[in-house]
Amino acid sequence: MSTTAVTSPIDEVKTTPWAGGRSPFSVEYGKMMMWFFLLSDAFTFSSLLIAYGALRFSATAWPAADHIFQSVPLTSIEHGAPLVFVGIMTFILIMSSVTMVLGVEAGHRGARKEVAWWMIATVIGGFMFLGCQALEWSHLFHEGFGWGKMPKEIGEFFPDGTKPSAVYTQQFANLFFTITGFHGFHVFTGVIINIIILVNVLLGTYDRRGTYGMVEKVGLYWHFVDLVWVFVFTFFYLV
Amino acid sequence: MSEIKHTEIHEEHAEHDTMTRKKIWNVFFVLLGITAIEFFIALYLVPKNIVPIHVANPIYIVLTLAKAFYIVAYFMHLKFEKIGMVYSILVPTLFIIGLILVLTNESHHWVDLR
Repeated sequence: MSTTAVTSPIDEVKTTPWAGGRSPFSVEYGKMMMWFFLLSDAFTFSSLLIAYGALRFSATAWPAADHIFQSVPLTSIEHGAPLVFVGIMTFILIMSSVTMVLGVEAGHRGARKEVAWWMIATVIGGFMFLGCQALEWSHLFHEGFGWGKMPKEIGEFFPDGTKPSAVYTQQFANLFFTITGFHGFHVFTGVIINIIILVNVLLGTYDRRGTYGMVEKVGLYWHFVDLVWVFVFTFFYLV
Repeated sequence: MSEIKHTEIHEEHAEHDTMTRKKIWNVFFVLLGITAIEFFIALYLVPKNIVPIHVANPIYIVLTLAKAFYIVAYFMHLKFEKIGMVYSILVPTLFIIGLILVLTNESHHWVDLR
């Protein structure tokens, strides 16, 4: 981008990114399309979350997250540990995002073995998250929650001083399973894609191709899944 | 003209200025720290009535957006892309703000229908 050879203002115009002759984005096709796919996916997720927000805003009372999520599956803790389990899930997903980006970094150096190990770690993190979500869902199913289903006794889920409402409890259950289910489906597909990429890394496909760009593209997808979880976590468990 | 040249020089610099392992772990600790603060508010400050819930909620949202920035900018590498690429991803997300405004406004009318 040296401007020393510029002799007139007209020449200077030709060096701008939009002057033609080269890509103003300077990313490869697949990476740009992954970004635009993620943008459309962001619209889908925000539509779901905003619909949840609108229903919650118009409700007179809403079940409190720290009253519903009190147990830690696989332990004897059934009550009195609000949000502990979701904290573990959040940590697992952030951690797997880190292993993914470390894999991408190793890919830039063309270190095949390192990429493979970081991809394995990412896949394990994805399975751990899915396992945690399965445990949490089955726990809620046993309590009586589900699409179109809720426990008979709902008084304990509402904050003190508000009137328990069956309608809002049902709305909460439907929205919770729909949105975390849609996110979990993304995690599941992400794990499948990561495994495919891992196999290709082990087969040396990207060494032959001379670039580890594919690792970067699935990395974008995986980070997006983490990004969505950050929002789901805030709006379902904290607010 | 000089502005364009300036951003170009900045971008050229930024392309070499990519993620190192040290930076990745720094971002990880930032994300972990923000999450820890959120848990501290949710599990200690709010139940003890030190911070009322209507103050805590905006704090959660700001902290969430901060985490989103770190994930998108550093993990997804968007901060190091060309400015045209950055804008073509970020500007369309303004539609999301539009939907938030429309539906929160609408929800106030639903209250009257309940």
